[in-house]
Amino acid sequence: MLEIFVNGHAVKVTPKTSVAAAVLQSGQSAFRRSVTGEPRAALCGMGICYECRVSIDGVAHSKSCQILCESGMKVVTG
Amino acid sequence: MKQFEIIIVGAGPAGIAAAKAASKTGASVLVIDDNHSAGGQIWRGSDIELPCEFLAGARVIDGDASRRQITVEKSGVFKLSYKKLILCTGARELFLPFPGWTLPNVFGVGGLQALAKSGLSVQGKRIVVAGSGPLLLAVAAYLQDHGAVVPVIAEQASWTSLARFGLSLLRHPAKIKQALALKRSVRYVPNSWVTKASGIEKLETVTFQDGREEQCDYLAIAYGFVPNTELAQLMGCRLNGAFVAVDEQQQTSVPGVYCAGEPTGLGGVDESLLEGEIAVIGNRDRSKTTHFSQALNNAFTLRPELKKLAASDTIVCRCEDVTLGRLQEARSWREAKLHFRCGMGPCQGRICGPIVEHCFGWTPESVRPPIFSTKLENLIAVKETIHS
Repeated sequence: MLEIFVNGHAVKVTPKTSVAAAVLQSGQSAFRRSVTGEPRAALCGMGICYECRVSIDGVAHSKSCQILCESGMKVVTG
Repeated sequence: MKQFEIIIVGAGPAGIAAAKAASKTGASVLVIDDNHSAGGQIWRGSDIELPCEFLAGARVIDGDASRRQITVEKSGVFKLSYKKLILCTGARELFLPFPGWTLPNVFGVGGLQALAKSGLSVQGKRIVVAGSGPLLLAVAAYLQDHGAVVPVIAEQASWTSLARFGLSLLRHPAKIKQALALKRSVRYVPNSWVTKASGIEKLETVTFQDGREEQCDYLAIAYGFVPNTELAQLMGCRLNGAFVAVDEQQQTSVPGVYCAGEPTGLGGVDESLLEGEIAVIGNRDRSKTTHFSQALNNAFTLRPELKKLAASDTIVCRCEDVTLGRLQEARSWREAKLHFRCGMGPCQGRICGPIVEHCFGWTPESVRPPIFSTKLENLIAVKETIHS
């Protein structure tokens, strides 16, 4: 197991878990806010829709469904 | 610039089959995929080893068929040259908008399966599976196997067309086995579709066309597939309807550019494997798989009611929050883009483009580089390398 932080909360995940899966696993349902402020979350799961964008270690607009969790990663949702 | 005899874009079934065949020829082979490992969606997380060089987590953002070059982004951009380019870019799901479809916890069907294969636990989750096509059955069975409760599968197609599809499956025993993997507790309801998803901040309730409601944690919904033809179009390949036109050897209209798998017609995994191999070694008997894709197309034709599910305040373009009401003020895809920014967000119309085409009959006019959103510094780098 490895540990990442979603909005400051520790989440334990198995290796090869995507950041999107970890965010959902943490109980956080909204990944980002849309341009009019609606909550949005992963839709396509395969890097097409860009709805799963979060900030990962300070890098905004990271597509969380295509990035694997690494120990100590800090994820911030919108 | 690094050169390869064969570059394969996409590491799903078609790309894997092409890579295996290409490696046996002794050619220098590179496979590129935007995911972190090979397998595509169907074999996601299966630890597939490719017999050649593999560039994972990389996107092809531009290309020039006259120079036989592609531009690739992977923490920076670089160009690669090829003698033969095989496009195995797969398909994405077709989503159709309905009130509430933008709520968190509404996923694609393959979308939710991809997340589950990427580590999301669905144990104990109550999940409605809806939309159209055989993937609904396969994903419902997968979710059940992983501890989810699937109260209902809502299939928009009629019993009649499903029965015809069932008969045609007799040619394909493996696919029947897949359908039978479902547990009996699930209700498979043809002639049924979702009209609304509701909840505060996230999904709570799904409403069906007959007014029935179902409380659930997740909704997995999609209406089949859309071929990923953007790269082929950028390279100048001619389309045949929605698909990339290819000859018997999978050669496109552009010299040196081949295409295999879903972008040439939605035939499923067996057809993709065969086409990937054909793209490298030439013709083989393909009679059996062609029957399957024809049966698939006939059985799951989308009913007209699905074009009318969205309300005027329902979002159609999720990147730019363009509503149906806004789109109704436009007369063409171009107007929708220029006036309301429909399709101008990060996904570049990959989600709303097929919706607008399905509901309004407008076809996007052109594909321009970069075909995936990229950083400004990468765009500058691309420009310099092209014009220097």
